[in-house]
Amino acid sequence: MRKITLPIDDETIRSLKAGDPVLLSGVMITGRDAVHKWITDTFIKKTRAPQGDDLETYEAIKPLLDGGVIYHCGPVVAGLESGDYRFVAAGPTTSIREEPYQGDVMRHFNIKGVIGKGGMGAKTLQACQEVPAVYFHAIGGAASLIAQCVQRVVGVYKLDFGVPEAIWVIEVKDFPVVVTMDSHGNSLHQEVEARAREKLADLLQSAV
Amino acid sequence: MKDLTDQILELIRRTSTDLPEDVEAALRAAYEREDEGSAARGALETILRNVALARENATPICQDTGTLLFYVHYPEGMSTRKLRRMIQEAVIRATERNYLRPNSVNAITGKNTGNNTGDEYYPAIHFEEVDADQPLVIDLMLKGGGCENVGAQYKLPDNRLGAGRDLEGVRKVVLDAVAQAQGRGCAPGVLGVAVGGDRGSSFLASKETLLTRIGEPNPDPTLEALEDTITEQANQLGIGPMGFGGKTTVLDTRIAGLHRLPASYFVSVSYMCWAYRRRKMIVDGDQVRYE
Repeated sequence: MRKITLPIDDETIRSLKAGDPVLLSGVMITGRDAVHKWITDTFIKKTRAPQGDDLETYEAIKPLLDGGVIYHCGPVVAGLESGDYRFVAAGPTTSIREEPYQGDVMRHFNIKGVIGKGGMGAKTLQACQEVPAVYFHAIGGAASLIAQCVQRVVGVYKLDFGVPEAIWVIEVKDFPVVVTMDSHGNSLHQEVEARAREKLADLLQSAV
Repeated sequence: MKDLTDQILELIRRTSTDLPEDVEAALRAAYEREDEGSAARGALETILRNVALARENATPICQDTGTLLFYVHYPEGMSTRKLRRMIQEAVIRATERNYLRPNSVNAITGKNTGNNTGDEYYPAIHFEEVDADQPLVIDLMLKGGGCENVGAQYKLPDNRLGAGRDLEGVRKVVLDAVAQAQGRGCAPGVLGVAVGGDRGSSFLASKETLLTRIGEPNPDPTLEALEDTITEQANQLGIGPMGFGGKTTVLDTRIAGLHRLPASYFVSVSYMCWAYRRRKMIVDGDQVRYE
């Protein structure tokens, strides 16, 4: 299976096709609903002024996202009392909720890959072609297995968003994913959905 | 009454970290059906490895440890207030031990309580009284947010789908729900369907159908036949594990019929993800056993 180490260059991204299985290694950050809304409101649309540690956090995640990936994940984390954090369970969450934000967030930081589950829509697929970038599909629910790929928790930001919503900086090794949206406009999700819709139309016609 | 907090904690540990045998067997059968080298087979292989690993390490199968749904059948005379307190205490301890993710968010303030307690609806505890000589039985289901979000409720007739107020209409809307969900409910899933009731009771009943084992026959042969048809046709949609395309989209379907108002005909679909975490605790005198 193909192995890729972060950060990822454009040539590597362009070589990836929907359907390719990949093992990812390197440092990445987690970010889901609260993070995408916070980034969009504070730094892209600027409808909200930076507060507290916002600017500091932004500067810290910027280099990690430039050429890097963001993982839609709300983990179970041990060591919350001691600060000696360890990922216990860390599967992907449903990505489509970030569809309103994702494309702009990718362009803003030059994000090369989004990891999640369930795939994303047309806006994100468009951003994948422009940046260029890909969508990596992790196996939903495979939380114990993916947690074992997390070698170390490097740090955490925005813990006040709650454990699942915080920005966790993690180093992973051989994280198994499948490219389901590539930088050439192909989406496995669109293909599967189109076939399913066609079949559904048949099944709605025929009486049992 | 005896303190059962530790025993309920053990129920939560087992539910979060060890998938029921019937579910694992269904996933294994699905793996065998998928083509060699396909993304679908790869996904199921990862799923099965994850299930084994979670059991070995007593870590959550899925990081989304879900909505906690407790169903308590208690013998006449037992205090439901005390049972509720024990359950809440066990939930707090299970969160401290990382069997559960802190999952309870105040919808108004956005603040996570950090320990999985919330209000009278969270965790959800349903009480039902049984005769005094019967054992105390606590069923627990953990239902992840991804699959809860793809659940659907239809009001028949549904003109868009050409679904009328009969079982043929039920078949159509349930298939539509599966097509809408695609892989987003973490397919392959199990469908819990309730026909009738009001909006609230209909959804409640759809979840309760998920308390039985995969493959358990429906006492109503008409519904049993419809369940089989829906499972078979849902798999024809080709959505497959994780929505990667493939032969297995749905592992099983359960249907319950409720009474309804003449004016209303609801069909409620609760989609359960492959991480179908369901366990039972039976307290008979001093004996506690788990299924």
